[in-house]
Amino acid sequence: MCLTLSQVTKCYDDHTVLNAVGFDVAAGERVALLGHNGAGKSTLMKIILGLIPADKGTIKVLGTEPGSNIAKTGTAYLPENAAFHPALSGYEQLCYYLRLRGENTNQAMPLLERVGLAQAAKRRIGTYSKGMRQRVGLAQALIGKPRLLILDEPTSGLDPVSRREFYVILDELAAQGTAILLSSHALTEVEARTDRIVILSSGVMVANDTLASLRRQASLPIRLQVSASVGKADEVASKLSGDRRNGVMVDLVCRSDEKLARLGDISALGSLIEDVDVIQPSLEDIYSHFSKGGDA
Amino acid sequence: MNRILASARTEFIIALRNRWITISVAMMVLFSLVLSAAGSAPTGALGADKLSVTVASLTSLAVYLVPLVALLMSFDAIAGEIERGTLPLVLTYPVKRGELVLGKFTAHLAILAIAIAAGYGIAAIAAVATDQNAFLGLPALLRLFWSSLLLGATFIGIGYGISAFARRPGAAAGLVIGLWLVLIVLYDLGLLAAIVADDGGTFTNDYFQWLLLGNPADAFRLYNLAASDATTAAAGLAGAANSIPPVHALISILAWPVAAIGIALLAFRRVTP
Repeated sequence: MCLTLSQVTKCYDDHTVLNAVGFDVAAGERVALLGHNGAGKSTLMKIILGLIPADKGTIKVLGTEPGSNIAKTGTAYLPENAAFHPALSGYEQLCYYLRLRGENTNQAMPLLERVGLAQAAKRRIGTYSKGMRQRVGLAQALIGKPRLLILDEPTSGLDPVSRREFYVILDELAAQGTAILLSSHALTEVEARTDRIVILSSGVMVANDTLASLRRQASLPIRLQVSASVGKADEVASKLSGDRRNGVMVDLVCRSDEKLARLGDISALGSLIEDVDVIQPSLEDIYSHFSKGGDA
Repeated sequence: MNRILASARTEFIIALRNRWITISVAMMVLFSLVLSAAGSAPTGALGADKLSVTVASLTSLAVYLVPLVALLMSFDAIAGEIERGTLPLVLTYPVKRGELVLGKFTAHLAILAIAIAAGYGIAAIAAVATDQNAFLGLPALLRLFWSSLLLGATFIGIGYGISAFARRPGAAAGLVIGLWLVLIVLYDLGLLAAIVADDGGTFTNDYFQWLLLGNPADAFRLYNLAASDATTAAAGLAGAANSIPPVHALISILAWPVAAIGIALLAFRRVTP
């Protein structure tokens, strides 16, 4: 295991920011940490990085204490809104980080090329856009092939094309065995790009599983959207005991296991029906279900 | 060691870009030139070589200017990193907080050394150009140079301590200016007032010299003026403290930089990123 958390608790004054959080991240695994603003994501990351201590619980980073030399050497971090000194150029900033890690500075340009910043390498960071600063942040996180990568809202400020490029780089790292923990607001973004999802809600871990499994556990209702023939919407609505949405559409809501039976009911109406669409619960619905404690 | 040098190098580039090197060199050169032009007028000394006289004048200048330049360079060092949000990331690197502080310290001290060397160098050239005996004052000038560096090192360290304590550059700037006023300007006035009020009592005899040695700027002035042949009656309180052995002043100016860096490290340890 590259990262092991067990019963991690952190309080500020009377306020519990993290309450007995525990999960693992294995080598090569990509885990998304989801939660609202203030759910405790950034605090948990700072504890893993050894920047702040936990009040209770055990944390093992690469088999050692957080903040130990082994942990720091093997871990890379990309903070939310990565910030750098505006007077330095992207190249100088990266050379500094390379030197701090004891790496050769001739890697600076290849790293900047990899994140698409080669053209702006000699310009001062003060002139960079937010997305470009985020790329400098990503470049420094790639130094020395880290074994554990901690990314706090890594794609905020990136355009859709850059986001895709970013996830391609993450996939390459994961394929080489880097364990990745990344936080995000949006489940839609991390879908299919992460192996597992951990959801924090007000400091409590409410989910820790694959997306498919979370979808099953949530067993949220499915919506069937029926288009009735012209003028038949009321008749269809009453026969299917659904809600008429407008002149032609009728909405039905059912559980996953009732779906086939309901579809049978609909097809039995024959010419009254023009079309039918099956709408699965969205990822945001699933996220909302878990982050509200299952009552969504 | 490599990590200290990496930090020092980056800090030096930043100071170069922010024109701090230009500003501090220009300040030192300008004031030194003005003092050289005024010649022996400020001290009224006669009979010594010109460079020794210049050194006495430069000592009075350095007491004000070196701490000011040192504090102006250092107040942003930690508070600025906190405000920009650059501190958490660098602290996740395999680098100790002490290494970061020593890196910044190395760069800032080097900049101060360049500025002081430029200022004193100009003054020395001016003195040598007009007086053939001026070479006799060279040891005094060298002593002034390294003791100025120690004085600067003290105030760079104190500046870091304030920077870490204040956590915001604006607050740190206010605090360092306040500290400069108190330690450099008001401290001596306070001591002078106390001596006058005391009128030769226990304060003057028992505490005064220790209070004078305890202030790094006063210790610096005492040491340079006591060791200089040119004049010992140059600057107010220093004249009143003729009885203090120079070695005591030397111990003070050697101990202060170590203590100041210690204070800076302690204050920085308490900063939560």
